[in-house]
Amino acid sequence: MLFKGVRHDTIFTTIINGLPIGSVYALVALGYTMVYGIIKLINFAHGEIFMVGAYSAMIFITMFNLPLWLAMMLSMLTTAILGMVIEKVAYKPLRKSSRTAALITAIGVSFLLQNVMLLIMGARIYTFPQVFSNTTWVVNGLRVNALQLGMFLTSIALMLGLQFVVHQTKLGRAMRAVAVDKDAAALMGVDVNHTISMTFALGSALAAAAGVMVGMYYISMTPYMGFAPGLKAFVAAVFGGIGLLPGAMFGGFAIGIIETLVAGYGSTLFKDAVVYAILILVLLIKPSGLFGKGGKEKV
Amino acid sequence: MTSLLKYKNLLLLGLLWLIVLFGVNTLIDARIINPYYRQILYGIGINMILGVSLNLIIGLSGQLSLGHAGFMSIGAYSAAIVLRTQPHLGGLALGIGLGLFISLIVAFGVAVPTLRLKGDYLAIATLGVGEIIRIVILNMSITNGASGISNIRNLMSWPLMYTMVSFAVILTLRFKYSKFGRAALSIKSDELASESMGVNVTKIKVLAFMFGAMLAAVAGSLYATTYYVVKPETFGIDMSIGILIIVVLGGMGSLSGSLLAAIFVGIVNMFLQSYGQMRMLIYALILILVMIFRPEGLLGLEELSLQSIKSKFIKKKEVVS
Amino acid sequence: MSSVLQIKRVNKAFGGLMALSDISFDVNEGELCGLIGPNGAGKTTLFNVISGLYTPTSGSITLSNQSSKVISGLAPYKITQLGLARTFQNIRLFKEMTVLDNIKVAMHSQIQTSLLDTLIRTPQYRKEEARIESEALTFLKSVKLDHLAQKKASSLPYGQQRQLEIARALATQAKILLLDEPAAGMNPQETEDLAQFIKKIHQEKGLTILLIEHDMNLIMSITSRIIVLDYGKVIANDVPEKIKTNPRVIEAYLGEEREEHVEGQ
Repeated sequence: MLFKGVRHDTIFTTIINGLPIGSVYALVALGYTMVYGIIKLINFAHGEIFMVGAYSAMIFITMFNLPLWLAMMLSMLTTAILGMVIEKVAYKPLRKSSRTAALITAIGVSFLLQNVMLLIMGARIYTFPQVFSNTTWVVNGLRVNALQLGMFLTSIALMLGLQFVVHQTKLGRAMRAVAVDKDAAALMGVDVNHTISMTFALGSALAAAAGVMVGMYYISMTPYMGFAPGLKAFVAAVFGGIGLLPGAMFGGFAIGIIETLVAGYGSTLFKDAVVYAILILVLLIKPSGLFGKGGKEKV
Repeated sequence: MTSLLKYKNLLLLGLLWLIVLFGVNTLIDARIINPYYRQILYGIGINMILGVSLNLIIGLSGQLSLGHAGFMSIGAYSAAIVLRTQPHLGGLALGIGLGLFISLIVAFGVAVPTLRLKGDYLAIATLGVGEIIRIVILNMSITNGASGISNIRNLMSWPLMYTMVSFAVILTLRFKYSKFGRAALSIKSDELASESMGVNVTKIKVLAFMFGAMLAAVAGSLYATTYYVVKPETFGIDMSIGILIIVVLGGMGSLSGSLLAAIFVGIVNMFLQSYGQMRMLIYALILILVMIFRPEGLLGLEELSLQSIKSKFIKKKEVVS
Repeated sequence: MSSVLQIKRVNKAFGGLMALSDISFDVNEGELCGLIGPNGAGKTTLFNVISGLYTPTSGSITLSNQSSKVISGLAPYKITQLGLARTFQNIRLFKEMTVLDNIKVAMHSQIQTSLLDTLIRTPQYRKEEARIESEALTFLKSVKLDHLAQKKASSLPYGQQRQLEIARALATQAKILLLDEPAAGMNPQETEDLAQFIKKIHQEKGLTILLIEHDMNLIMSITSRIIVLDYGKVIANDVPEKIKTNPRVIEAYLGEEREEHVEGQ
């Protein structure tokens, strides 16, 4: 009923088209949410980590002729290290300062990464090498693209991997403990600094994977490519309830699908505006997000 | 006795104000300040207004707004559109008035709901608002979409810029040293305590936000007539961050700090003009380093005044002797 | 004696947890009333409900100093403007501001100038600012903090910060004060000074005070009545001498030693 006169199979196609980009947002959103959950910082530079991931994979593939899977792994490793370095150098000294100070620093890091990349690679638009089959199947009238399917499945696999780490490993237990109460966790023998560092590493690696996939999907790459998807992923994290892993995943898919629907049936020009409007609406109606529980400041 | 001293200071300030007005004017007439430097001077003036206006929001009431460029663009487009049919000072005044009016309405509409949000959420929400304003302007016909409006009548002059900057500074200073400014600072310091002391926190935050947004619109109008071209892409997040840097560098809460920072940024821009992107890189580094090593910025909450300068000098002399 | 604060059947639940259940009591005009109870009994939660930071899940709170008015559900600043102010367990001064400005913020709602007056600097504005300046200084003198007027609040020693916080609450012209553990972290000498200070302002300014305190000597020596909370319920409401021997109170406090891990809200 929402879209009069539009055939249902095209709506389904649009929704399916939204899934791969949604899964990418979900991966980036997970990084935002993990970092927020553990040190209550909106890591503004997360979108730039995503950009670095895409660029480094491109370099691994074109300059060293590495296969896609290896390039992706290496770029995840690269950004994991980058994420840890950023945390050590820029955020750690500010752990005791005001949240405004930390957020401004994060904005600074975001711009720094963008411009360092611009300095190294120049302003020219790079194209991501085509290393993935571009076949399209038609199943029951629905068009399914191999790349889209690949993106979707890879994202799901990575999310399952993260779930395993968070719920089944010692590191995951430490992360959850630090998220609940840093001081108590420290008293129980958890190495808080190490845990925070590893959280940044994990989040950054996921962002890199997302960056590689977006590189393949949209092909053209610039140092600014991380900013808008980063913001949207943040919106996704807030939408699902920041600090909650399932919330981030759900939010990512939701934003991806909404965006694709707006672009398909409304205007491409307004698709970004709609995402920001959603953010503002969510913050107003239920700031704790869809899955979040409201809490009030302790007095 | 104290009131006599006050009048003496006021007189001194007035005299200083006139000397700068006529002095710079003479220098411009004599071409000692050539058109290139004059343009930089105007740029600094616009940045000063932007700096103090954002400082009202961030420095005084502690609300991190990242959508300031959006409000600036409202003023810029209002002036540009009015000046198209009324290319004279009256038209500029009308354009500024229109910008003030629209930014008042938009700021109120944005402030009332979003200022309930806490610090970092507010930052993102205002960033979203700034982007929405930009996208709306990009898609309107009266604003001429992506190509923007060019050939705007250039009406900028030193006396005009100087007067506007002076007004902005005086008004923001008066705000700071009033019950509103005190209440705003108390909110920044401890919102809960402030509310428990009988301060209507939302009202103060909304007032500061609207006041700041309207001043940004004025700066935008001046921008339009100074640079005679406005485009949606000018007023993106880069611009908002640029203004943020002025506030952070000068000190969150210090209006005179913002003025000094605007001068500093103007001069740095001049030297780095040919390096283009290096500028943003240096700004980014400045943001990070200031936050880590001197989060209170150059002046912190304090203002530069004749007294404070005098007392500094006297102290130094004592140390020497 | 007429009652100025009536708390009727107040409940406050957080999720499934009942932090306060069925709290009812009155506070009379001019009374200095103690509120005690083991850690986690709900004392601060009750203060938060009365001062408007939390909305009660059910029940009502009525303030009747000038005219009778239900305050539960009102915004905190409105409750303060009606004449009820509080201090906090962990001092919440405006640290970067001067002592004088801390007091002036508390007088905020007594200043009758509009934003327009402020920006144009009308004579009305100048008059009001001058009035507030002199009233704030007079007030500081009356609580013997005037020599610190230009000092930053954060630069004051601990005891004086506590004192300033109480003074700031008073400067709102509140007639009813809620003091949340004002003696916390003080040595015996500072506690004694504080007791004298509270007694002094209570008498001189004709205040009604509700006081949360863990220091039993302090509470027994200055209050005329004590209300005891345990597990979010009122278990006793009597004069200090009787509270000391009340078996339920003794039991509640003995129980605390076994459950010391239960932290305050």
